[in-house]
Amino acid sequence: MASLTLYPAEERLEGGSRVTFDLYMITAVTLFVVMMLIGLTMRMTQATWLNVNPALFYRLLSMHGAGMVGTASIATTAVMWFFLRKYVGLHLWAFVANYVLFMLGALCVIVSIFFGGYGALWTFLYPLPVHGMGLWSNNASALFLVGYLLIGVGSLVFYLDAAAAIIKVYGNLGRGLGLQWLFGGEINPDHPKAVVASSMVIIANSLGILAGSVVLVMNLVNIYYPQITLNALFAKNLTYWFGHMYINATIYMGVMAVYELLPRYTGRPYPISRPFIWSWAASCLFVIVVYPHHLMIDFAQPRWLTIMGQVVSWSAGFPVFCVTAYGAMTNIHRSGIRWTMPSRLMALSMFGWAAGIVPAILDGTVRNNLVMHNTQWVPGHFHFYLLLGVLSMVLALIYHVLGNRANAVPNSGLDRTGFFVYLIGGLIFTLAFLSAGHQSVARRMATHLPEWTLTDKVGSVGATLVVLGMLYYAIRIIVGLLGRPVVIDTSHAHPADTAG
Amino acid sequence: MNLQDKIYIIALAGMGLIALLFIYVLANAGRPLREEEKAGSMGIAYRMRTWLFVILLVIFFVGTWGTLWHYPIPPQHVALNPPQVVNVTGRMWSWQIEPPTVHAGSDVEFRVSSSDVNHGFAIYGPDGRIVAQVQAMPGYTNKLLHNFDKPGTYTARCLEFCGLAHAQMAAPIQVVASKGE
Repeated sequence: MASLTLYPAEERLEGGSRVTFDLYMITAVTLFVVMMLIGLTMRMTQATWLNVNPALFYRLLSMHGAGMVGTASIATTAVMWFFLRKYVGLHLWAFVANYVLFMLGALCVIVSIFFGGYGALWTFLYPLPVHGMGLWSNNASALFLVGYLLIGVGSLVFYLDAAAAIIKVYGNLGRGLGLQWLFGGEINPDHPKAVVASSMVIIANSLGILAGSVVLVMNLVNIYYPQITLNALFAKNLTYWFGHMYINATIYMGVMAVYELLPRYTGRPYPISRPFIWSWAASCLFVIVVYPHHLMIDFAQPRWLTIMGQVVSWSAGFPVFCVTAYGAMTNIHRSGIRWTMPSRLMALSMFGWAAGIVPAILDGTVRNNLVMHNTQWVPGHFHFYLLLGVLSMVLALIYHVLGNRANAVPNSGLDRTGFFVYLIGGLIFTLAFLSAGHQSVARRMATHLPEWTLTDKVGSVGATLVVLGMLYYAIRIIVGLLGRPVVIDTSHAHPADTAG
Repeated sequence: MNLQDKIYIIALAGMGLIALLFIYVLANAGRPLREEEKAGSMGIAYRMRTWLFVILLVIFFVGTWGTLWHYPIPPQHVALNPPQVVNVTGRMWSWQIEPPTVHAGSDVEFRVSSSDVNHGFAIYGPDGRIVAQVQAMPGYTNKLLHNFDKPGTYTARCLEFCGLAHAQMAAPIQVVASKGE
């Protein structure tokens, strides 16, 4: 039996590690609540239930986009760190540096939006940052871009430390990814899935961050030397290469929680296999080259790039459906699992990811994109797999840690109520977006046509439930993480019960 | 049934199917396999995965061929020579559309550009659904080819966020009956 796949080594956090992990997760759940409240405000404004002026609306939209992507990133970075540190020697200072740089970057973003009036959204699509039309200054845009640079540098510091640690143990990132077993050879059953996933994320997201750094610096140069102009199409390619990869990486970091924790709750091994190696190698390539699906209505884009965007978008479904989601379902099927908060959240996360990519793949089809692009179909599909998928992965790990600190797996009536409020709210909220996209309701508009407001109202009801569910999670988690852990005698404890 | 309806039905069907599979697995999760079932269960799971892979592969090839064989975007670097040409320029926050009236039943080439930031040129039909769209990007002229099958008042809306009055950036396009009618 593959021991590592079922009962990983000691996971208990002590001292600085524990403080840093708690800080990451408390920050993340707090920010999630705040960003969700901002999202709810925008949906209620579109539904005409609130009156927010457009200038403020677009600032809130900029904050919500940048804030959610950033928060998803730090939360899933903490997931990756939590598991990867068991197999390779990560430096705590790199993990701390990422947090500090993230907070500094977030401060720049917040100041640029709420004090500088920046409202060119999280995508900072050139040349909008230098066309504030009196609402924001070039300096505010520059501060926003500097904030992104700080956050990107933080991620890179963490990835470089992780890369060095993986290389030290496994020789190179390719061997961490398991490429040596692609075409044959006996797979080491103890090769950790967290190392495979981390290697993939390091390769892909580092490239994305470097592309992002280039376009961020190019924009900064243009702000202060306007005679140096950029090619708008090239800038958009770099922006989406960075943006897509950065948010996509959160799924691949978050899913490590499912790989590591699920077998402990089902009591079944979840061993590494050749299809698994193939799927992660393919995903690594897919994530790097899939971004042109964001530029399908840019007809000036070379045709091969647009076709590649569609083909890779479709291909990206194979690893998710055939390996990750299917593997998780196989592990759960008739396992005798007892449903508790961590296992419930893991099952939800797999559903959120698998079901969410169906509308994503449909939107990543050139023909469909011509009528669905920039409608609410887009937030419909990405909220589906981020809200129900990625966030559930993060919450599963936190609940697992809480359970181990309390020496009892969390499963109170309030927890279950919170879960179902979040689930029902999430489904109503995301399906309202998809329904609106079907009706060609535009995304990113402060004011909606009267005939568009029905889905806005339904979406607002769903969003309210999501906020209530997340608010409960956040309070529960903050209280739990700050509480004193139950002292247990680990010499007799099951290895699965030694986290956090 | 328009394209949006088809996409919506496929999406709901796909998501619904996945939901049903999850419900089936989760509903049976608490009932552990009996000893005599354990030996064959992994073999069944692997065979089912192979079938899943094959089914998805067929969908992939048929879908890719079906949606790309007649490539929906016209060539951008050759003359299209359609019977009607409309020049479109987006600027914060209005559209300049010349001429604003076209005929139904024959191809219209929209030459779309922007004089400031990125805009999205989306044409909404009289029923409120998008019939076509293309990006209006500074420094580029994108050529969109569309054949209006019904006369009526269409609306060009900006679908790429472009600043404060983005939601108000709209202009009418009149589509009149074809010349032969």
